[in-house]
Amino acid sequence: MAKHKTPLLDQLESGPWPSFVSDIKQECENRAKNAKGVDYQVPADCPDDLLGVLEMSYVDGETHWKHGGIVGVFGYGGGVIGRYCDQPQMFPGVAHFHTVRVNQPSGLYYKTDFLRQLCDLWELRGSGLTNMHGSTGDIVLLGTTTPQLEEIFFELTHNMNNDLGGSGSNLRTPSCCLGQSRCEFACIDTQQLCFDLTQTYQDELHRPAFPYKFKFKVDGCPNGCVASIARSDFSIIGTWRDEIRIDQKAVAAYAGGEIKPNAGAHAGRDWGKFDIQKEVAERCPSGCIRYEGGKLEINNKECVRCMHCINTMPRALRIGNDRGASILCGAKAPILDGPQMASLLVPFIKVEEPYSEIKEVIENIWDWWMEEGKNRERLGETMKRLSFQKLLEVTNLKADARHVREPRHNPYIFWKEEEVTGGWKREIADYRKKHQK
Amino acid sequence: MAFISSGYNPEKPMENRITDIGPRHFEEFLPPVIKKNKGTWAYHEILEPGVLLHVADSGDKVYTVRCGGARLMTITHIREICDIADKYCGGHLRFTTRNNIEFMVTTEDEAKALKKELNGRKFAGGSYKFPVGGTGAGVTNIVHTQGWVHCHTPATDASGTVKATMDAVFEEFVNMRLPAPVRIAMACCLNMCGAVHCSDIAILGIHRKPPMIDHEHLDNMCEVPLAVAACPTGAIRPTKTEWQGKQVNTVAVKEERCMFCGNCYTMCPSMPLSDKEGDGIAIMVGGKISNRITRPAFSKVVVPFIPNEPPRWPTMTKVIKQILDAYSKGARKYERLGDWANRIGWERFFEVCGLEFSHHLIDDFRDPAYYTWRQTTQFKF
Ligand code: HEM
Ligand code: HEM
Ligand code: SF4
Ligand code: SF4
Ligand code: SF4
Ligand code: SF4
Repeated sequence: MAKHKTPLLDQLESGPWPSFVSDIKQECENRAKNAKGVDYQVPADCPDDLLGVLEMSYVDGETHWKHGGIVGVFGYGGGVIGRYCDQPQMFPGVAHFHTVRVNQPSGLYYKTDFLRQLCDLWELRGSGLTNMHGSTGDIVLLGTTTPQLEEIFFELTHNMNNDLGGSGSNLRTPSCCLGQSRCEFACIDTQQLCFDLTQTYQDELHRPAFPYKFKFKVDGCPNGCVASIARSDFSIIGTWRDEIRIDQKAVAAYAGGEIKPNAGAHAGRDWGKFDIQKEVAERCPSGCIRYEGGKLEINNKECVRCMHCINTMPRALRIGNDRGASILCGAKAPILDGPQMASLLVPFIKVEEPYSEIKEVIENIWDWWMEEGKNRERLGETMKRLSFQKLLEVTNLKADARHVREPRHNPYIFWKEEEVTGGWKREIADYRKKHQK
Repeated sequence: MAFISSGYNPEKPMENRITDIGPRHFEEFLPPVIKKNKGTWAYHEILEPGVLLHVADSGDKVYTVRCGGARLMTITHIREICDIADKYCGGHLRFTTRNNIEFMVTTEDEAKALKKELNGRKFAGGSYKFPVGGTGAGVTNIVHTQGWVHCHTPATDASGTVKATMDAVFEEFVNMRLPAPVRIAMACCLNMCGAVHCSDIAILGIHRKPPMIDHEHLDNMCEVPLAVAACPTGAIRPTKTEWQGKQVNTVAVKEERCMFCGNCYTMCPSMPLSDKEGDGIAIMVGGKISNRITRPAFSKVVVPFIPNEPPRWPTMTKVIKQILDAYSKGARKYERLGDWANRIGWERFFEVCGLEFSHHLIDDFRDPAYYTWRQTTQFKF
């Protein structure tokens, strides 16, 4: 028997898409039965109460979660988000319902023994509800009480060899696409780079010292499966600078219809016969592909590495061999000053362990941003306020036509005193000698 | 319920403490065929919706079966996922960045069996548990935020709006018949934990009423200067007021300057702004993060407000369907939703999608607004 009536939520059990309501209900049942005799450390009926409070929100059209509270584990400033229900009498099971962020493995691969350990931990010490995964990338464990936090941390580190992720004004848990593990487009080992940055910057991850959040995300190629260009203050995107490798035999096979274009991604509709001239050469944004006499040619010097031709004919075209990454900075969602896309800072950098070159750029940016950034100001906003030139200055990088979409529209240039012959200091008396008042 | 200690001693918190170890190394979790061929994958193919084949230079093959799932999932559900992975995949599995679940095997037969198994499992309420799909030129799983399930600032629910949307567009999840991939994202407030600012279709919770002020508690719960500094439009100023005969320090809000971002509430719990009639959903379209053909783009607001209609948000799903259908009909192969709208022109976009244009859709927020106005006589009648 369900503890609370949930007529509105019940309507979300129908329809084909997996129903979170049905799932939570099965958890309620299992916890009520408690077949394994678990000595639950938080109220056994918390999933029931979660459904209850959610149903109440469906009726009221308003949330019933209080503004967070400061909770956490000893010595860490992030990783736990305090959460309290504003109807604790009605829903005591979720009166205290904190979130624990667990640092995910790069690329989100798992062995079941690890996931089962996690389930056991969260059965005993939490609500049994999770997010796989949160928007930033972490494993999110939803709902526990304050006395359990240290115990959860102890078990995570001692028994599972795994740490918490980040929250608050600090480095957020870095994340990456699956990269070379299973993608032929990956120009760099996104997983190793993500892991290394996570390990190197543990202190920044767990002890807030920044003006606001800071995110690293690593995409293996310009397709951007982990959305680093839109979501991270420091976006690393794999790329190459030599030639796209062409297999002309495979080109012929695409032309002959033996291989499906775009790896079969359009198989659900009849788009007509695949036409390399129209669908590849003419769609190339830099117009650098020639398809003549059954042969495909690319003027690589003009290629902007948009991935279209490679995505469309993955068996005929492959990324180049001189690989590395571009670094872009300053992406953020609209709060506060409107959304920002990351802007290109380093057009090309080699990505080789121990990644010292990349880390130098990161640390130079941090030194500047921690000094100059205002409270709750993302890097992108600091860049806008203090100029891209300043970012170049603090990272010791030279300005480059690649940094802009087009040159400036206005001639209001902030010349520096040392840039002008003779400096700025002049005597009005000298001026007056030549110019009457 | 007796307290069980795992070994942590609150008297000596530093004793045996392990900190700053980071996550487990990903290599421990890679399936053998993945580990062996890492970095040497030659090409891939989508054999059918939800089933991928990757071929390595060595000739090794890996078949991946991808299925959708609600991001909010229980440990009972995760254990079921583990059972499947144990039975078919030697205990290996992975999640995608858009919350799909992937099972990997090395033969096509196993992949077929897996697909059948996954599509065969249903929840007691009737929905699929693991619908196979989410590949290629279709709609894949929705990245989303917490909503009424767990957050303090939402203007709408996340899990519910996502379930309603995915039910409405389910055919596009299990098919690959759209001109290009369509990424849907959902965020329940302008904080946009879900980063919906660059998605083909975005569902965004928005508030429409300025914050209330809890004069009784404000000075105790909040730092007045922080609340003042939090407001991007400078709508908040410090003030004093009389409360139950006492002079209290508090703030005042210049309401016509408020754009309902909720930032003040994040900094100061005494300034809540949620409201049943005030809150609802905006629909944004045309964003992308891929660099393919055209550069990454922001999503644009095309419907400024739809009321919250729990549990199934029928107006919202209707609008999303309208946009998706018009796009599917009008766009060229490989053309993303925003590129299609740019090509036909936004004035035409509103027409073919059956949406009304209103003054709310003209940007008036700071400098970037100017770049969205039209500075040419080229337009369509
Ligand atoms: C004989 C010619 C002109 C005279 C005597 C004149 C005079 C003035 C004066 C007295 C001001 C106000 C300054 C202030 O309030 O600080 C002003 C502002 C301005 N004028 Fe003129 N002006 C002349 C021609 C022009 C022309 C040809 C243009 C542009 C094509 C122009 C553009 C402006 C602009 C943009 C401003 C600034 C308005 C603002 O800051 O909001 N003026 N002018
Ligand atoms: C960005 C471009 C320009 C700006 C912002 C600008 C601004 C101004 C302003 C504010 C004044 C009024 C000064 C006052 O208060 O007395 C002025 C005057 C004047 N400007 Fe410009 N101007 C610009 C370009 C030009 C150009 C292109 C020309 C000539 C081709 C020009 C020729 C003059 C002349 C002749 C005056 C009148 C001076 C007088 O009779 O007192 N300006 N300008
Ligand atoms: S971003 Fe590129 S390398 Fe990474 S998974 Fe996507 S297509 Fe592959
Ligand atoms: S990657 Fe893009 S720009 Fe380069 S040749 Fe291919 S289609 Fe053209
Ligand atoms: S988007 Fe806003 S309401 Fe939703 S989870 Fe994030 S902060 Fe909370
Ligand atoms: S909601 Fe945003 S704009 Fe309105 S008063 Fe608060 S901080 Fe200012």
